[in-house]
Amino acid sequence: MALERIGFLLHITRSHGIIRRYFVVNGFDGALTMLGIVTGFYVGDTQDLQLVIGACVGAAIALTMSGLSSAYISERAERRKALAELEESMMADLGDSAHGSAVRWVPLLIAAVNGMAPLLLSLLITLPLALAQWGLPLPLSPLVMAMVTALAVIFLLGVFLGQIGQIFWLLSGAQTLIIALCTMVIILLVG
Amino acid sequence: MISLKRIVLDILKPHHPDALEFARSIAACGDDYHVLLTVIEMDEKTETLQVVVEGDDVDMDQVREAITRLGGSLHSIDVVEVQSAPDGE
Repeated sequence: MALERIGFLLHITRSHGIIRRYFVVNGFDGALTMLGIVTGFYVGDTQDLQLVIGACVGAAIALTMSGLSSAYISERAERRKALAELEESMMADLGDSAHGSAVRWVPLLIAAVNGMAPLLLSLLITLPLALAQWGLPLPLSPLVMAMVTALAVIFLLGVFLGQIGQIFWLLSGAQTLIIALCTMVIILLVG
Repeated sequence: MISLKRIVLDILKPHHPDALEFARSIAACGDDYHVLLTVIEMDEKTETLQVVVEGDDVDMDQVREAITRLGGSLHSIDVVEVQSAPDGE
């Protein structure tokens, strides 16, 4: 029932697209940031995995907090403005209506997605480092495994975008992958 | 006992939820409601509706609550059809 209600609020505010966009944009931010950090440590030939994990988790938490707060503040302001305009057109108070509920709940939902997307993807990219730290054997060095994971995540985000935009999945995946590879190359050159 | 058989309402509502969802939500207020919704006028942010609700005994309070919940504003009750029956029937 709660899910149905959330679906209804998202529907009347046409927020599905916005949530998707926030997920991809901030998820991409998170994945690319992790790729940058891990590549930087790779260039510096760092052996201390605890240090790398600490940097990655710290950045992931910062991205999460940034995503949560920025999306909530901006979405709440936009929704309040839209509700005020609608109330003016309706010449009625819509505080008790679904539109009023949407102003209260939709920004929270969007903020949660915006904050959780970089956190989850960052933790996924950091996972090989944690596994190595816990003593599990990996086929490649932990830093290389994390970089491969980041590239895979970024490729999958591209595939997801392709599904939305009805673009051939390999093409849209390749587009985001090229951006990630360019980022890596720049870091490797600078390093 | 007096039963409300038919009522015609003049409603102003935002574009979302759309007319179909709006009519369905009103119909869901009862077990045997027949709802006829006509969009009379459409503006940039709102639309004016004429909604006819028919049923064995329409619960106006529930209909009014559904309209408010969906963001609608009931402007007027234009037609009312009621029927009386001896108590206990």
